[in-house]
Amino acid sequence: MAKSGTFSNLHEWLISEEFTSSRQARLHNIYLAWLSLLANPLAFAGFAVVLLLVIVAALAPVIAIHDPFTQDFAIALQAPSAGHWFGTDEFGRDVFSRLIYGARTTLYITILVTVIVAPIGFVIGATSGYLGGWVDVVLMRITDIFLSFPSLVLALAFSAALGPGIENAVIAIALTVWPPIARLARAETLTFRHADFVIAAELQGAGVGRILLRHIVPLCAPSIIVRLTLNMSSIILTAAGLGFLGLGAQPPMAEWGAMAASGRQYLLDAWWLTTVPGIAILTVSLAFNLLGDGLRDIMDPRNG
Amino acid sequence: MANTSDTILTVENMSVEFPTLSGVTTAVRDVSFTVGREKIGIIGESGSGKSTTGRAIMRLQPPQAIVKANRMQFEDIDLMAASEEEMRSIRGRRIAMILQDPKYSLNPVMTVGEQISETVILHERATPQEARSRTLAMLERVNIRDPQRVFDLYPHEVSGGMGQRIMISMMLIAQPSLIIADEPTSALDVTVRQQVLSILDDLVVERNIGLIFISHDLNLVRSFCDRVIIMYAGRVVETIAAADLDQAQHPYTRGLLNALPSLDHPKDRLEVLRRDPAWLEN
Amino acid sequence: MSMIKAHHLAVSYGHGETALKVVKDVSFEVEKGETFGLVGESGCGKSTILGALAGRNKQWTGTIEIDGETIGQKRTRAQLAKQQLVFQDPFGSIHPRHTIGRTLLEPLEIHGKDRRQERIEKVLTDVGLPLNFRYRYPHQLSGGQRQRVAIARALILEPKILLLDEPTSALDVSIQAEILNLLKDLRQREQLTYILVSHDLAVVAHLCDRVAIMQSGGFVEVATRQQLLENTVEHPYTRILMDGSRGYVSEKRNSRREALPA
Repeated sequence: MAKSGTFSNLHEWLISEEFTSSRQARLHNIYLAWLSLLANPLAFAGFAVVLLLVIVAALAPVIAIHDPFTQDFAIALQAPSAGHWFGTDEFGRDVFSRLIYGARTTLYITILVTVIVAPIGFVIGATSGYLGGWVDVVLMRITDIFLSFPSLVLALAFSAALGPGIENAVIAIALTVWPPIARLARAETLTFRHADFVIAAELQGAGVGRILLRHIVPLCAPSIIVRLTLNMSSIILTAAGLGFLGLGAQPPMAEWGAMAASGRQYLLDAWWLTTVPGIAILTVSLAFNLLGDGLRDIMDPRNG
Repeated sequence: MANTSDTILTVENMSVEFPTLSGVTTAVRDVSFTVGREKIGIIGESGSGKSTTGRAIMRLQPPQAIVKANRMQFEDIDLMAASEEEMRSIRGRRIAMILQDPKYSLNPVMTVGEQISETVILHERATPQEARSRTLAMLERVNIRDPQRVFDLYPHEVSGGMGQRIMISMMLIAQPSLIIADEPTSALDVTVRQQVLSILDDLVVERNIGLIFISHDLNLVRSFCDRVIIMYAGRVVETIAAADLDQAQHPYTRGLLNALPSLDHPKDRLEVLRRDPAWLEN
Repeated sequence: MSMIKAHHLAVSYGHGETALKVVKDVSFEVEKGETFGLVGESGCGKSTILGALAGRNKQWTGTIEIDGETIGQKRTRAQLAKQQLVFQDPFGSIHPRHTIGRTLLEPLEIHGKDRRQERIEKVLTDVGLPLNFRYRYPHQLSGGQRQRVAIARALILEPKILLLDEPTSALDVSIQAEILNLLKDLRQREQLTYILVSHDLAVVAHLCDRVAIMQSGGFVEVATRQQLLENTVEHPYTRILMDGSRGYVSEKRNSRREALPA
């Protein structure tokens, strides 16, 4: 890639439209997206926070100065100090370290939900939109059933039925998140269903699977990615809500919602127990929202 | 033929510029022409600035565009100095516009008859009853066979040719002295196109008014208009009487003519236009 | 030997009560290497016939024979590769998020062809595009270049027949000339059989040996190129269409008005 030593040459190579390889064409598109991300300060701020979350989660053992699970009642409920930046909780555990490890839990939940939901939503929505007829009717009525419940109530019901635990919380959240994705994928598929380039592929003998994966996915992907990014904040909030109600992550696991919930009893004496994880939840969900808004501007094919 | 000496519109050195991220793009550069009581065609390929020219006269260019001209005189009005309010009273009444798709020019939630009646009431201060009978008469004038039925149709229920005739019937009432028609027949079938053009032809000749006919179709402009302006990359490269188009001098005009397949002069291979960068200087 | 035979071909849209018969019983044969034109106004069924031959419209009755093989409603891959469709709108017929190379690779993958890069390079050269265009996206190309890509995609499976659906009507006059010349060259070089749909008789007369003039789902006349150029066509409707491609005819309009359809 770096055929030239200087950044300006690399920049020229990346913005040039005289492509000499498909890798250059791909890098060109990524680079242009990067430039427009830089040009949008709010979206970039969101991106920076999300990036920070990932780094913090990856390097948690290095960053955390204390073990998040070691209890020491002698130092319980201490206010923020140089030794414990965000104070300690009722068991004497360092809140800062628990917050850092909590980032892992949050990221684990959001990534897992996304990985489960994106393919399911896409396959159901795109199949429904592409095939139409009775397949469409059946799949969309199932989607409607899921959509007709408030998502938190549905998540509560499922995690109550499945039992407490982080994996079950992920399954419960995923069950409430996929229907809007399926709806979106179906709507996007319908707009391209009768496009000439899809018909051209059909007339060359492409099967349903190939058309969905090769032709429909690249067109639906931007709006689904945007939608999922915007959904991240509601996933985080639902996860926090389940944790708060004791249905998500179980003690002693560090999870922001559960941390805020347990700190509630000491709200008047130890404000940091609820405030710190609360601010973390707020910041990360705001960051995902800003990033999602920015991605919508950058990736939406209608803007390009 | 109409008296061309009686000038309706004079445009001198008009330019239209669009500011973009990478500097200013000039869509129209130093265009000058006059329109008398005649049918004048503006010919050009996509991106030649022909539609932008038509819109700039009506001050219908996009808001970010900058229109400059030494002079733009329409009858007794200086179009460069006219206020937005004056422009509103000119549009539709004194200069009318016909676009390729009449659906965008008609109000989708009003019946066709109501819209024409509204024009009648506005221009002739008629009562609603009078307006209805005037409207039906106008629909008949533009060769609509069943005016009673068409009166109650909504714009989405009429065909393209019918829509253009409805647009023309409104002009019969408003009596503009200049019509700007931007590709009015490009979406129409051959037979309907002939009908719409003949109605437009009658209107221009009978009322002795001016018509600017913007099109990409050389044969159509050649056979329909009196004079032809040929535009290339925002510039006027040649202005010539339609009858003399075959004797056109500019290599671009010649290139376009030779690139056209013809029933009367069949060629084995069509000539391919070679664009000369020198055409962009001047 | 006939490349295409259609006997009592009728095509309809919709089912049951609301079914609409767009093409009513047409029969024609096209020889190998011949170019057959279908001309008419919008809604006359010309594109529908093309769709039925391409395999796009499946609701047809009658018989279709392509390259000596009787075609059913369902086609095998080999049967699909025998004829390829070129669409009218070059802006809508190429996948906007695939590079040109990807677009051309797609049919090769479907049909499991070998020497893929070699074939892509050959077909790009054939349609007169530089080889490095394969790394570009459609939005970087002009309308004429995109139509060349669309033709390249149709040619890459080495079909015997190209079905051309108004291939130049969205293009400027000068670009139309380039595409028409290209189609003539390709026909000669690759021994192709064409069916060309158009509303412009001048374009049809330039490219076609014979042309069927269509009105409301049927043929009113099948004329030869010679007849068109010598102005010896029989049907008055054909004359109206010929006048149309010459431009506006004002003197004759009163006598013509009676002959027009409702």
